[in-house]
Amino acid sequence: MTDTYLNLVNSGPLKKVAKAIGLPRPVPLRRYEPGAPMVPGPVLVLGASAGADGLASTLLAWNLDVRRHLRPKEKAGAVVVVLDDIASPGDLSATFLELGGVLRQLLPGGRVITVSRTAEAQVEPAVTAARQGIAGALRSVAKELRGGATANGVVLGETVDVDAVSVRAALRFLLSGRSAYVNGQFISVRTSGGSEPQSWDTPLAGRTAVVTGAARGIGAEIVRVLARDGARVIAVDVPAAGEQLTRVVNGVGGTALHADVTAPDAGELILNHAATRYGSLDIVVHNAGITRDKLLANMDAGRWNSVLAVNLESQLRINEALLASPDFSADGRIVSLASTSGIAGNRGQTNYAASKAGVIGMVRSTAAALQDSGRTINAVAPGFIETEMTARMPFATREVARRLSSLQQGGLPVDVAETVAFLATGAAAGISGQTLRVCGQNLVGA
Amino acid sequence: MNTDEAQQNPAAGTSQPSGAKARPAVVIGGNRIPFARSGGPYAYAPNQEMLTAALNGLVARFGLQGQRVGEVAAGAVLKHSRDFNLTRESVLGSALAPDTPAYDLQQACATGLETVVGLSNKIKLGQIDSGIAGGVDSASDAPIAVSEGLRRVLLDLSRARSTPQKLAALRNLRPAHLKPNAPGTAEPRTGLSMGEHQAITTARWNIDRRAQDEIALASHTNMAAAYDRGFFDDLVTPFRGVVRDGNLRADTSLEKLGSLKPVFGRSLTAEATMTAGNSTPLTDGAAVVLLGSEEYARQYSLPMLANVVDAEAAAVDFVHGKEGLLMAPVYAMPRLLARNNMTFADFDFFEIHEAFASTVLTSLAAWEDEDFCRNQLGLQGALGTVDRSKLNVNGSSLAAGHPFAATGARIVASLAKSLSEKGSGRGLISVCAAGGQGVVAILEAR
Repeated sequence: MTDTYLNLVNSGPLKKVAKAIGLPRPVPLRRYEPGAPMVPGPVLVLGASAGADGLASTLLAWNLDVRRHLRPKEKAGAVVVVLDDIASPGDLSATFLELGGVLRQLLPGGRVITVSRTAEAQVEPAVTAARQGIAGALRSVAKELRGGATANGVVLGETVDVDAVSVRAALRFLLSGRSAYVNGQFISVRTSGGSEPQSWDTPLAGRTAVVTGAARGIGAEIVRVLARDGARVIAVDVPAAGEQLTRVVNGVGGTALHADVTAPDAGELILNHAATRYGSLDIVVHNAGITRDKLLANMDAGRWNSVLAVNLESQLRINEALLASPDFSADGRIVSLASTSGIAGNRGQTNYAASKAGVIGMVRSTAAALQDSGRTINAVAPGFIETEMTARMPFATREVARRLSSLQQGGLPVDVAETVAFLATGAAAGISGQTLRVCGQNLVGA
Repeated sequence: MNTDEAQQNPAAGTSQPSGAKARPAVVIGGNRIPFARSGGPYAYAPNQEMLTAALNGLVARFGLQGQRVGEVAAGAVLKHSRDFNLTRESVLGSALAPDTPAYDLQQACATGLETVVGLSNKIKLGQIDSGIAGGVDSASDAPIAVSEGLRRVLLDLSRARSTPQKLAALRNLRPAHLKPNAPGTAEPRTGLSMGEHQAITTARWNIDRRAQDEIALASHTNMAAAYDRGFFDDLVTPFRGVVRDGNLRADTSLEKLGSLKPVFGRSLTAEATMTAGNSTPLTDGAAVVLLGSEEYARQYSLPMLANVVDAEAAAVDFVHGKEGLLMAPVYAMPRLLARNNMTFADFDFFEIHEAFASTVLTSLAAWEDEDFCRNQLGLQGALGTVDRSKLNVNGSSLAAGHPFAATGARIVASLAKSLSEKGSGRGLISVCAAGGQGVVAILEAR
């Protein structure tokens, strides 16, 4: 679906008018292209800690143009704000004010990334306050940015070093175009586990992935991105969607598996297919989902039950099979599709929101059970994504929904897929139990 | 085989079991598009498009994208002159490697089975490691030939160099030339349709109307049940929005079938018994089977469902009325069984293609008839009785439909899957064909 408004305010006579009268001016986002530079310009590292120095070295090792200061009028592709050792709210001031001083020098599609420590741990109130303060400040910065720039944070567990694999992986993800529609979010790294891929261009090489609901929309895009990143993909959808599934699979060189995820033996079927054809199963993306929208006042059992069965109960059942199976890798990755509807709720979607909120809970609980293993489970919560589903929304509702995010536009299926692919990498081993929103910092569910 | 045995069973001939010393040829899996009644959803789908769709579904299921398969053999019975290289063109339009060789074959309704036999033999001999056999037919998008007079005028016109020559050619055009030769299913040598031919055989063998309707009912109920238990999930890929075979009537009954008026044999003295319900309608569709050596299947971690053991073709003289048009498989069967030292008792599944329900019943009756087997087949006594509970257990042509050349591949894939599910045993295939021909074959579980 094309965003006509976005095209109008970025070219032709309306561009100036829009600027003059202060209309929202969304821009085409910087998205990942293999071989393109990770960041569109120099990377400025702010912060005075040893962690800041360490991170600057890491970024240098990636052949980035790393600076500790910008000259006046010099443009930056990203600003990494390292605040891993702050002890009181007063420590926020210098670094954030310095950040404020360079925000105007951020290039279109630029990035602001904070690196800080968790505010959940049992530490001094002043420390926790300072750490939590970063969340409010960064989310506000994200709303201030223009030109498709985003602001996100990496949050380290108490014992996690800034040089941990997952911290580096999260930084790469947030700096790159892969995170184009991720805005105002925090990625928590809880452990130092994981290993770097042989190549960051194909971080999923040698891995076998299953994507459910793969025939169209976001699912099809997840298949394409996982395959692009090197994975062998098993694309699953109901037999009736086999025609589209064939097209998706033949485009990436995977295999099609016609199966209903709600079938009692769906987990075994998937495991069996993966083990026979590929030897193991490393990644499972629970994307299959349906909507049966109705106001709760008009909701019938059929609509309620079918949505819960497909969107949530199937995932629980398949996970049970996965986690009991030796064919699911010791460092297996599960990524579930949640939704911002499950966070904020949505009129006419009680069933859908229940299922998607349920996914968030399931992921949290399952992650706790997986704590001592190499396996992880996370959720991705898309906001307004341009799909066949949102194309069917009434015009005005759709336009409003699009402009409600800080990026003033809807995301694309590829934005969701990139986040799924990131969480599926071996390097994301330290990230588990989270629900990462891909919503452009939509006001809904903030 | 020694001379004594050959004398005991002259029908056996003198050839050796073809698989005696050769390596096994394995059925790996199959794919077809749902079959549709002619004039229905595939009315404007050309053969090439349907065959390509069947191939693409197979490629998706087994991850054959970009792979060079040893050889693809397929064919169509109703074939446009533009489709002179139908199979190769379909391969070029598919996701298979463009350096995959292909050839067309045509043996009327036995086309699909004969391609399986041909490619299996090449695999057994070590000439190829893998092959895709199949067929396609559209009774809707059938070729229409122009009249002989018009054809001559057009040929003269194309050869004419000057305008006077062109005008001279056109002057030979007569209004009667514009009447096209519509395609038909009549036998060229008798002018009788297949149904009328079978009606004669049906009457000769006194086949009961109710017994025919029972065969038809079993076909529909067996196929509906097979669909319901997901048997076709990995055998069928939807096409043009069609998800299930269009001819399938899950809710039919003996009463409904019994209420239909006979359509064939109405000019015979015997009671006409063949209706639209117990005869297979004209159908559009395509089906393919993936075959390989054991090494090939292992190399690509593909399943091995069944071995193609042996096959036999036969033909009868229906032109002079010595035998019924569709009785050739009856003659092929004892030769095949004798060569493999088997009887009907050695089989767990029987797949007898029903051009008409009475084709099956006349075949069964003939094999049970002492006199017929002695006089016509040269046996010592009756060939034997087919256990009806083992006959067409997952539905057959009456319910699925019968796109002529596609039927063989449909049967081979379904039978191989049945054998694989059972885990042991053998299956026997019998396919009758226009021109008084027939092919029978043996599959064995892996």
